[in-house]
Amino acid sequence: MLSYLLLTLVLLSIGGYYLGRNRAFAVANGHIRNLHSLPSFYGSYTALWCGLPALIVFAVWATLQPGVIIDLVVAGLPPELRELPPDRLNLVINDLKNLVSGNIVSSTPNPAILEAANRYRNLQTIGNASLWVVVMALAIAGIAYGWRTISPTLRARNRVEQVVNLFLIVSSTIAIFTTVGIVLSVLFESILFFGKIPITEFLFGLQWSPQTAIRADQVGSSGAFGAVPLFTGTLLISGIAMLVAVPVGLMSALFLSEYATPKFRATAKPALEVLAGIPTVVYGFFAALTVAPVIRDLGTALGLQVASESALAAGLVMGIMIIPFVSSLSDDVINAVPQSMRDGSYALGATKSETIRRVLLPAALPGIVGSILLAVSRAIGETMIVVMAAGLSANLTANPLAAVTTVTVQIVTLLTGDQEFDSPKTLAAFALGLVLFTVTLILNIIALHVVRKYREQYE
Amino acid sequence: MNKPNSATVPATSGRDIKTIVNASLPRRHAAERRFRWYGLIAISLGLAFVVLMFANIIGKGYSAFWQTYVQVPISFDAAVLDPQGNRDAKAIEGADYGALVRAGLRAVFPNVQGRGELRTLYALVSSDAPQELRRTVMANPALIGATQEVWLLASATVDTFVKGNIDRTLDETERPIKDNQVAWIDKLAAAGKVEQRFNTLLFGSGDSREPEQAGIRGALMGSFYTLLVTFLLSFPIGVATAVYLEEFAPKNRWTDLIEVNINNLAAVPSIVFGLLGLAVFINFFGLPRSAPLVGGLVLSLMTLPVIIIAGRAALTSVPPSIREAALGMGASKLQMVGHHVLPLALPGMLTGSIIGMARALGESAPLLMIGMVAFIVDVPRGFMDPATVLPVQIYLWADLPERAFVERTSAAIMVLLGFMILMNGLAIVLRKRFERRW
Amino acid sequence: MNTSTIAIETKAALDGALNAAAGVRKESSVEVTDYSNRQTVGRITVDNPKMVCRGVNVYYGEKHALKNVGLDIGANEVIAFIGPSGCGKSTFLRCLNRMNDTIATCRVTGQIKLDADDIYDKSIDVVQLRARVGMVFQKPNPFPKSIYENVAYGPRIHGMVNNKAELDELVYASLERAGLLKEVEKRLDEPGTSLSGGQQQRLCIARAIAVNPEVILMDEPCSALDPIATAKIEELIDELRENYTIVIVTHSMQQAARVSQRTAYFHLGDLIEVGDTDQIFTNPRHKLTEDYITGRFG
Repeated sequence: MLSYLLLTLVLLSIGGYYLGRNRAFAVANGHIRNLHSLPSFYGSYTALWCGLPALIVFAVWATLQPGVIIDLVVAGLPPELRELPPDRLNLVINDLKNLVSGNIVSSTPNPAILEAANRYRNLQTIGNASLWVVVMALAIAGIAYGWRTISPTLRARNRVEQVVNLFLIVSSTIAIFTTVGIVLSVLFESILFFGKIPITEFLFGLQWSPQTAIRADQVGSSGAFGAVPLFTGTLLISGIAMLVAVPVGLMSALFLSEYATPKFRATAKPALEVLAGIPTVVYGFFAALTVAPVIRDLGTALGLQVASESALAAGLVMGIMIIPFVSSLSDDVINAVPQSMRDGSYALGATKSETIRRVLLPAALPGIVGSILLAVSRAIGETMIVVMAAGLSANLTANPLAAVTTVTVQIVTLLTGDQEFDSPKTLAAFALGLVLFTVTLILNIIALHVVRKYREQYE
Repeated sequence: MNKPNSATVPATSGRDIKTIVNASLPRRHAAERRFRWYGLIAISLGLAFVVLMFANIIGKGYSAFWQTYVQVPISFDAAVLDPQGNRDAKAIEGADYGALVRAGLRAVFPNVQGRGELRTLYALVSSDAPQELRRTVMANPALIGATQEVWLLASATVDTFVKGNIDRTLDETERPIKDNQVAWIDKLAAAGKVEQRFNTLLFGSGDSREPEQAGIRGALMGSFYTLLVTFLLSFPIGVATAVYLEEFAPKNRWTDLIEVNINNLAAVPSIVFGLLGLAVFINFFGLPRSAPLVGGLVLSLMTLPVIIIAGRAALTSVPPSIREAALGMGASKLQMVGHHVLPLALPGMLTGSIIGMARALGESAPLLMIGMVAFIVDVPRGFMDPATVLPVQIYLWADLPERAFVERTSAAIMVLLGFMILMNGLAIVLRKRFERRW
Repeated sequence: MNTSTIAIETKAALDGALNAAAGVRKESSVEVTDYSNRQTVGRITVDNPKMVCRGVNVYYGEKHALKNVGLDIGANEVIAFIGPSGCGKSTFLRCLNRMNDTIATCRVTGQIKLDADDIYDKSIDVVQLRARVGMVFQKPNPFPKSIYENVAYGPRIHGMVNNKAELDELVYASLERAGLLKEVEKRLDEPGTSLSGGQQQRLCIARAIAVNPEVILMDEPCSALDPIATAKIEELIDELRENYTIVIVTHSMQQAARVSQRTAYFHLGDLIEVGDTDQIFTNPRHKLTEDYITGRFG
């Protein structure tokens, strides 16, 4: 329905373009040189007048309409429903929405709600129809205005370029808005969370069991939100991952850049980077169905107690995922070390490995540290592998054979499935998100800074 | 003049450098070889992982592209299908086709008795078999009254067994297929009534609880709509940002801030974008959960930094002389960019965008946050329909214990990887085709 | 002048020529040595050679960068290679300690002997060779380590010292010889890159002599330095001559005249003329040398 409106709008704008262009030819009496700008700019000018205001109104209207309709419908509800506490009212509204969209509703709807749903549908129809009328009217009015204002002296190019410039500037601020959006959304919910659970308990508590009971009088109704087991679990798995990824990735990079023939490098480097292109969910599947059973069987054969969702399996596979990350970043860093360093060392009679270990690596160290920090941040934030291969039990342990859980696993668990906002359980996910975002942000900023400084040193 | 006196002559000057170095050579060459080996082992390990993963997944998944059918004589009994005899389409559609299937199976194995045993017999074919018959009859009502050999979709257990993925030597209690079912299948197979066909359902149907009926069409369409939104949003905005930062923006703190922001966003964990989507798009703007529109919005925020960074790299590779030439001809700055710089940089930008889109295609964590993880049978038909995407479908199936789902999960992974290879291949071709050296 | 013989490429003939060069041709006013269809003017041999090069050709892929060069380098002499850019002087220098090995496309033929060892022979270890033939580069390239560690690097990797005291002694002695000790004695722990350009270059020389090499190759060692730093290095080269054989590539004719005893002039891959430095600069015998010396090109 609304997409047709958009399509019509686009068609109208194209029409506007040609109208404007023809008008420009007309006012110029066939002498384009009389015009301030090229005719196509007059076309774009008219098209913009047609499309832009209409589009803005469309966007605002479409965003506000659902909320307004809900308010109207709620206002029309019988008082006993209208005066329900907010969370119950939300349930009613949810039922209503489901009813409207034709989904199955949990309980048999009562007549008041059925009637409200009807009203909802009516309002929606009225709203959409008026949206059509308003947007079309605006678009046509825009064309008319643009058409009328076209004259040889109209600085159409400047007008159009102003709009395009504005679009460019607005686009470039989206990155900022994204960051602000992330910070605000996690911060806002986290503050609500810390209103219910003290921040010290969250950061230093050793117990994590967010499953709150439904009724307040049940045992363990409060839940426990000490996130330390999650932090240690995350660190354990990331640590195992780095133990795999750093030596393998770094040595691969060194081999490829210092030893390999150009031909070997040209094949092996992209082949290794295939690992970076594989979706993480595939790694998760591999970890859960192939690696974890192998490790468990191996452990059992050695007489060890291995959990079926061991930290080792998840960490190992995560390490494999990060290998190309470490190797390509280190490759860049190692190649940035000037050839004169290598020459200086070779000229003294150093062997290749001596040159690498005693000159290249110390020279590239800051860059390599930066890459490893980026890789750590990647490991900490990795979600699918741990969701599929690590467990849910928040054990405070350093044993890689035990099951641990991570920050990301808990965020996913807390936020998928049924949820109500404002419960500490849901809010806890945002608090974890805040921690995750802060930690990775700090790591990234440090790493990017270190790497940049390192590059400048050799430029 | 500070001539070196004899006291400061290096301690080794008396000894011959040749012998000293010679003495150290065996140790050093051994160290050199060792180091080289470490490197070789590391790279081989990395490459071995690639091979292992692909072999593992293909080995598990290739069989999912075939599906088992069994041939059963079905008598399209008019008494069941059309008791009134007036060929009323509604009545025919509502008839009990399950009875036809059951009768057909009983006709093949007339000796089977007892409720329990009959139930195991009926379990040979998929629960979708009656629907299949319904579709056949609705398409061709003339069948009513006739008896025909019909190929029916086998159940997942039978399918797995026929593919040899269940060890028949195991004790009955340890495998999902019963002894008498094994015997029936053997008998059918001996009569040539078991067949493997290309698995059209895998690509033709949505999700299902029954492995043999489950397909990835819904997820594929979900991915398609989601990526379409992602591309439509992130490509123009990404290109615009890259153009602004590279060609127009003054060098000041504000643009520095934007740059730092973009670089950081590229490294923010994807799940955090999911939190953003949940809090902003769903809770604040009230957009529907599970909708490709929201998924696309979230993924485009994630893909933007990739496109911007690639776009800026493409723009910087256009030599400044071209800009000067255009400006020298009296073009406005925007005309210079639009007519000269952008067309030259576009292939590079497209390459970067395709790689970004490939990444978005494989992304699942943020989509879990915004509810694209529901069990959805219907194939989505628009941007607002509840949907899931291919990687999330893989995640959902990976959790299911049936062997048949493992096979399908691997097959879905193969399809996903196939698309990613296709996209990356396209990017490489584009780069090769349009790459210029200035 | 044009008493050229036919090109001789075979190994046996080359050996014959070697003997001839070493023994027969000693004193004559204008000597013409010919290994191909091109002559080197002047005497390529010396009485007490440290290195003997014959028929050296270098190819970079298809490009023939150095053509059939024959030259002796005398013990404890300073010999300068001069010539316009791209003439092959640096290429020849890098042949002397096989630094060309690090370039994948580079191919070297011919014979280069250090004392009695053919340095391109399979039995010669490049590690050992480079310990005996050190090198200083155009741009100072101290390692990103402390001043002390820069000098200690060579002795450490070659296992030249047995303990810290010996290493200390060696480092101090090398810095002293390079004339750098007084300036850096108090700051040995600071990174080598913190020094000035001239000091960095002397550090690189100290680094090279710490290994106690027999020959030191210098590839335009002063081209990145200011005149005062250049003067110090030149002074140093003069002192080092006592203990080492030094081969220096330079752009500056004045420098060649100041520091070297012999000079070789290269042109487009050919060794045109060799002779005593005084003679080359006052009385060049080849037209090309004369043109270069008098500044007609270069």
